[in-house]
Amino acid sequence: MRTLRIGSGAGYSGDRIEPAVELAEQGRLDYLGFECLAERTIALAQSERLRDPQAGFDPLLVARMRAVLRPCAASGVRIITNMGAANPLGAARAVAEVARELGLGGIKIAAVSGDDVLGALAGGDYRLLERPGTVADLGDRVVSANAYMGLGGILEGLRGGADVVVTGRVGDPALFLAPLVYEFGWALDDWDRLGRGTVVGHLLECAGQITGGYFADPGYKDVPDLARLGFPIAEVAEDGSAVITKVEGSGGRVSLASCKEQLLYELLDPASYLQPDVTADFSGVRFEEVGPDRVAVSGGTGRARPDTLKVSVGYRDSFAGEGQMSYAGPGCVARARLALDIVRERLRLTGVAMTEARFELIGVDAVRRGGDPGFTPDLPEVRIRVAGRTDSMAEAVRIGNEVESLYTNGPAGGGGAWKAAREIVAVVSTLLPQHRAQPAVQFEVA
Amino acid sequence: MQLRERAHARTGDKGNISQISVIARDPGDYAWLAEHVTAARVKAHLAATGAERVERYELPGLGALNFVLHGALAGGVTRSLALDAHGKCLGAVLLELEVPEISSLCV
Repeated sequence: MRTLRIGSGAGYSGDRIEPAVELAEQGRLDYLGFECLAERTIALAQSERLRDPQAGFDPLLVARMRAVLRPCAASGVRIITNMGAANPLGAARAVAEVARELGLGGIKIAAVSGDDVLGALAGGDYRLLERPGTVADLGDRVVSANAYMGLGGILEGLRGGADVVVTGRVGDPALFLAPLVYEFGWALDDWDRLGRGTVVGHLLECAGQITGGYFADPGYKDVPDLARLGFPIAEVAEDGSAVITKVEGSGGRVSLASCKEQLLYELLDPASYLQPDVTADFSGVRFEEVGPDRVAVSGGTGRARPDTLKVSVGYRDSFAGEGQMSYAGPGCVARARLALDIVRERLRLTGVAMTEARFELIGVDAVRRGGDPGFTPDLPEVRIRVAGRTDSMAEAVRIGNEVESLYTNGPAGGGGAWKAAREIVAVVSTLLPQHRAQPAVQFEVA
Repeated sequence: MQLRERAHARTGDKGNISQISVIARDPGDYAWLAEHVTAARVKAHLAATGAERVERYELPGLGALNFVLHGALAGGVTRSLALDAHGKCLGAVLLELEVPEISSLCV
């Protein structure tokens, strides 16, 4: 029976580069996917593109392509990635340039766009999903609107003979579902196969998170050789069932437990995983260990795709200022709490208007998001953190300044002050009828 | 004992929603897990997040539960002032949950 071998070369924009090279050289792959586009990244990329029309694609695109294009070309591995971000055509041109530099003339690159729906939203009454109100209420603070597109544009790129397909925003699993549809000729309303293909895409899209990354817990869940973590390969059969594995000898481990964690990762209702191409149902998925670092997956199903596409709307929300300072030795927690009280009062006395603020102790109650303010554990060291939201950059800057000035004005022994201030571009969502966003594909030849 | 002795967890985020899977190390423990790790207990244990509503989805075939904590991420990763804006650490915090030993008489 024919199987397709699909590798996953990155699980986020800043991911390690070498595992994809290992996959390209030793994975005997047919396809290599890279998922590098987080929710907000495209909004920031859009702002970059406004400043520089050539920019707006993933900053590591060129480095990744320089690393994998030659081995991929040598063994006919086709690449699919959303590293196009806010500028897929610019990204395709950059890939073509890398190919020429490497002496790989003739490589064909497809740029898939159409996800930018800022224009399509204009004048409409599009309700926000996360809170009351509409997109129009955000007014001129909106910087971007990108629809999670289906696999159609990628499919067109593959049919056009592209060796590399670079997209903007698409549903993450679509990067891996598209080659399955293309190679196996699945119908675009074969919901069960599309559902199973979505399971495969979902398992692959975070790369190392299924091969033992983000999993180890010493003594409870041990994983070998995480510094050389191998990224995953799915061997997919025509019916959409698959075996998840990795390159032999690479670090990490593919286990039932790692597969279960990744299957449920970022899922809400497992029976109703909404994607632009299908409503996938993961509730019947089963895993079986079929060899060392080999886990078989089956049992996914699907139903008709939703009528709407999810759209991420980026907008300028507010400003945030932050400061941190450490304390150590006997009584450090009490001194740190005193430091927080001082900063709180200083911000009040000097009239820094904050709409929201956090005063916390890193090592006690910061990532836990709260706790008993009287809790004074006997710790060897602790770090205060003050973060606040303001309406202006000038006020945001003053928050970190008030933490830093604890050096000469605060409790004894504060050290390692750090401060920052930034504008917050936040993301909200809305829904757009599917027919309002159509993919557009352009080809570049190196 | 702590839940960690019998289960593992992974945390994800979607907007202002935190999502935590809790998976039995031994799928045979699923009924015990489902009995003791309820949506109400998860909401209480992670009350500091300010989650407004917690839903639980059951996956007996995987020996797993999936918890969806609405409003738990201080506005979501793109807006939150939290140190761990994604709430990635919350799953490990949940594994502190005190649960009864599994009795050998309980089949």
